[in-house]
Amino acid sequence: MTAYLMKKGISLTAVLFLVSLTVFSVLFVLPGDPAQIILGINASPETLAALRARLGLDQPFWVQYGGWIGSLLKGTGGHSITYDTAVFDLISSRLAVTGPLALMAMAIAVALALPLGIFAARHQNRPGDAAVMAGTQVGLAVPEFWLGILLMLLFSVHWGVFTAGGFPGWGEDFRGSLKALFLPALALGLIRAAILTRLTRSSMLEVLREDYVRTARAKGLKERTVVYGHALKNALIPVLTIFGLQMGQLLAGAIIIENVFTLPGLGRLVFQAIGQRDLPVVREVVLFMAAAVVIVNFLVDLSYAAVDPRIRLDGQ
Amino acid sequence: MSDALLDIRGLSVHFHTPEGVGRAVESVSLSIAPGETLGLVGESGCGKSVTTLAVVGLVPSPPGRIVAGEIRFQGRDLLKADPESLRRIRGREIGMIFQEPMTALNPVLTIGRQVAEPLVAHLGMSRSEALKKAARWLDRVRIPSAASRLGAYPHELSGGMRQRVMIAMAMICRPRLLVADEPTTALDVTLQRQILSLMAELKTELDTAMLLITHDLGVVAQTAGRVAVMYAGRVVECAGVRPLFAEPLHPYTQGLLQSMPRLGAGRGRLHEIPGTVPAATDPIGGCPFAGRCPSAFDRCRRDDPVLETVRQKRQVSCWLYDPSKQEADP
Repeated sequence: MTAYLMKKGISLTAVLFLVSLTVFSVLFVLPGDPAQIILGINASPETLAALRARLGLDQPFWVQYGGWIGSLLKGTGGHSITYDTAVFDLISSRLAVTGPLALMAMAIAVALALPLGIFAARHQNRPGDAAVMAGTQVGLAVPEFWLGILLMLLFSVHWGVFTAGGFPGWGEDFRGSLKALFLPALALGLIRAAILTRLTRSSMLEVLREDYVRTARAKGLKERTVVYGHALKNALIPVLTIFGLQMGQLLAGAIIIENVFTLPGLGRLVFQAIGQRDLPVVREVVLFMAAAVVIVNFLVDLSYAAVDPRIRLDGQ
Repeated sequence: MSDALLDIRGLSVHFHTPEGVGRAVESVSLSIAPGETLGLVGESGCGKSVTTLAVVGLVPSPPGRIVAGEIRFQGRDLLKADPESLRRIRGREIGMIFQEPMTALNPVLTIGRQVAEPLVAHLGMSRSEALKKAARWLDRVRIPSAASRLGAYPHELSGGMRQRVMIAMAMICRPRLLVADEPTTALDVTLQRQILSLMAELKTELDTAMLLITHDLGVVAQTAGRVAVMYAGRVVECAGVRPLFAEPLHPYTQGLLQSMPRLGAGRGRLHEIPGTVPAATDPIGGCPFAGRCPSAFDRCRRDDPVLETVRQKRQVSCWLYDPSKQEADP
């Protein structure tokens, strides 16, 4: 287990190093001068040069990159140009929105996908299955933002049960914050549920044909025990993989949905930071997103071992 | 036979496939007395397994469908039983062992749980009680340090051990009938003997009848009291083991016995039956073996023979033994 954790640690470090280098290089060659954006188009060349010197933008590539990595290792990180605060603080305050949003969305997705997928598999090629499959087809075809807008129209404009965007903040209004996250989480969750449902169905269909399911039936177990006690655990393995990928993506920020619902999340932060050429923010948020994906995948690996005893983490 | 434990009469199981209707099992009749061992022999695809799956109501449906016949178990027609009472019979009255112990055990559940489950499902035992009994049963099927294996997973056991686990699982509720579908086919020859004698021992101890499905005539000779030979979905011959081996009546049985390698029989080529088995979707016209039979005559290609009792306790489905057709005897 220690060997496994070390291996994972090394690969995480390597991924983060490559991501940091890539992000930095891309932003380095990207047109658009941060100093110009901060000062506006009417700034004089002298003030521009002074600001660039202060931000270190006149230094060569490796010096700038080294300075950034050094600040990350020291734990201070960069300083946002537009928000005038430490980027780490920005990320953690935005994560307080994106994290719960991702969790809620995936909870909704799983709560829908598992029962529906199992139901469809058990009623293969019958009307119930066809209805579920048609529903998932719609879910796959509908773009996230459009579903978000539809939900907003229905729940906020028409019924008035949810607010149409914005976020009061956990400290100020806990219930209100939860409510504010519900619609965007539903929009994200429904679309992810579509994929997970199809996956659960096909995985379940495969498992239900296995010999050990026949054995379970031959033992005279109740159909419920056969499906939930014997088949489901085996069917979950591929579902877990996709679940992990989706979770990683959502933690990296649901850029579009956060914009539709004007949520102050990570996605919206990076979206605005790119527009404003707030390079320290962009770099560190992208780095954080990469780390989130790698860490979530690592957690999924751990959960495989919990579900399937044949998978040994330290094994060959 | 009203005293039979299991009495199958005229069972037909058809599979509806895009290529047409596959007659996997056609008018099969078999019976097993309490405590008896019946060997069911035939090549792969001859309908042995489907017949046994039909007994416990596990024919995959769709595409499979039982179109005719009755299956009486302890006097009760299982084909008319509702799913819930069938479930109560499976694992309780009829235990099953399958061919591949590798895939027949659930890879993500512990051995202990899998062996104990029938006790919980049928006898209403508590989990911990059932696990204790499961440990005793694992010991009984000679799994070393049985109690410590309860928490093991199937992949941590060898093939022979896994088959012992299957046996414990099938026998733990003391069923009246044990259906063993090629129980030793996936095992080494040395293990085969051990597993077969273990099964024979438990069978005698618990006074269980056994339906042993195999394509291995050697296994049948060792274990069974009576044999039914299946070909293309039908039972073509049924007799006691000794008479059958001494004097096979059906030309297919004769061919099958001749294809068995024997010690001291020289190094010549083994006998083979010419031709191939007709596809299950082919239309029936005459005896399904007629095309490969060295003794076939006109009637064989025209009329379908039925299983008739020809001598004392011997049944065969062949026009050669039809008393009304003596003139056609070669």
